[in-house]
Amino acid sequence: MSNLKYFTNGLLKENPTFVIVFGTCPTLAITTTALNGIGMGLATTFVMVFSNMFVCMLKNYIPDKVRIAAYIVIIAGFVTVVDMLMKAYTPSIYAALGIFIQLIVVNCVVLGRAEAFAQKNRLWPSILDGLGMGLGFTLALTLIASVREILGSGSFFNVKFVSEDAKTILMFLLPPGAFITYGFLIVIVNRLKKAINI
Amino acid sequence: MAKKLDSSFLNMFLSLVLVSAGMAAVLALVYISTKEPIARAEKQKTENAVKNVIPAFDKLLIKKIAVEGADSITLNYGYKSDSLVGIAVETFTNKGFGGKIKCVIGVLPNGNINNIGGFEMRETPGLGTKLKDAKFLTQFLGKNPVNFKLKVKKDGGQVDAITAATVSSRAFCDAAQKAFTAIEKGGKK
Repeated sequence: MSNLKYFTNGLLKENPTFVIVFGTCPTLAITTTALNGIGMGLATTFVMVFSNMFVCMLKNYIPDKVRIAAYIVIIAGFVTVVDMLMKAYTPSIYAALGIFIQLIVVNCVVLGRAEAFAQKNRLWPSILDGLGMGLGFTLALTLIASVREILGSGSFFNVKFVSEDAKTILMFLLPPGAFITYGFLIVIVNRLKKAINI
Repeated sequence: MAKKLDSSFLNMFLSLVLVSAGMAAVLALVYISTKEPIARAEKQKTENAVKNVIPAFDKLLIKKIAVEGADSITLNYGYKSDSLVGIAVETFTNKGFGGKIKCVIGVLPNGNINNIGGFEMRETPGLGTKLKDAKFLTQFLGKNPVNFKLKVKKDGGQVDAITAATVSSRAFCDAAQKAFTAIEKGGKK
């Protein structure tokens, strides 16, 4: 059995955002520019790879009754690591994402994969699952954010293609726009998935 | 595969203590190694902002003005061959839609606003964050609060608020007002 399928699983088949519908809070909140989407996605990917890795390595030493508490300590630790690293080396992205970096702690996709995958599988599959899920999350966030940024601010990756005074569809930057974009993309992605049969 | 540890009190206690201690060690390590870059990044940001908002200077004098309890506003007096060329005010407001907004306002010796930059805020992305866009800021450049009322038009002032971000626009006016009050206190020397 190839380990690769653990990686590709998270990208489309069980995409955390479009298929499992996990972690919708940051998904809706930060997807206003494509760059934010990528930044948030990669930060989550980092946390997921390390939390899956450590949960998997420690799974036999953590008694069942306190496992959630222990996992949360591990996840929160790595989130704080990301937080400090981003503050130090990518201050501009950190400034835009603000509080949502810390909120990765309570993103259920991270704890969800630790609980549902890492504690039942071996080390390599767990790391690959974290990586795949994280990148799937990144892809989804970037997709939603691109739609919202193009329609809402008339720009893509902060490059404006309409004039400064042009009226854009402001609603797409506001929460209702997030829900609408998210809803339509779930339909499209799942139809697509059915069509290519995975 | 080894068997899972029993959920006995001792096991639970020890595993939680060890996991916490381990993560604490990792955090301490990362904290120590990123402390300096973080401080440098922040200092760099302020320095760049100060350089951007006032004309070129060769000497900088820093004065802190206490306002509203524990907070303070920093005035950076820029001098070129011993004459004042501008004051960069590191001002703030707590009235933003997402809490605190910090920015640096550059003021010329005659009281006109020269440039604005160095924004640090948690406003709604795409709406309140438009504060730092040229479209909003150009209306302040060259203006003097003596004859330019730093309030949005809705409140009887002369500032064009950002569409759908009146709270943020108001907050910026508050920060700008604070900056000028601080200059009055700090003097123009």
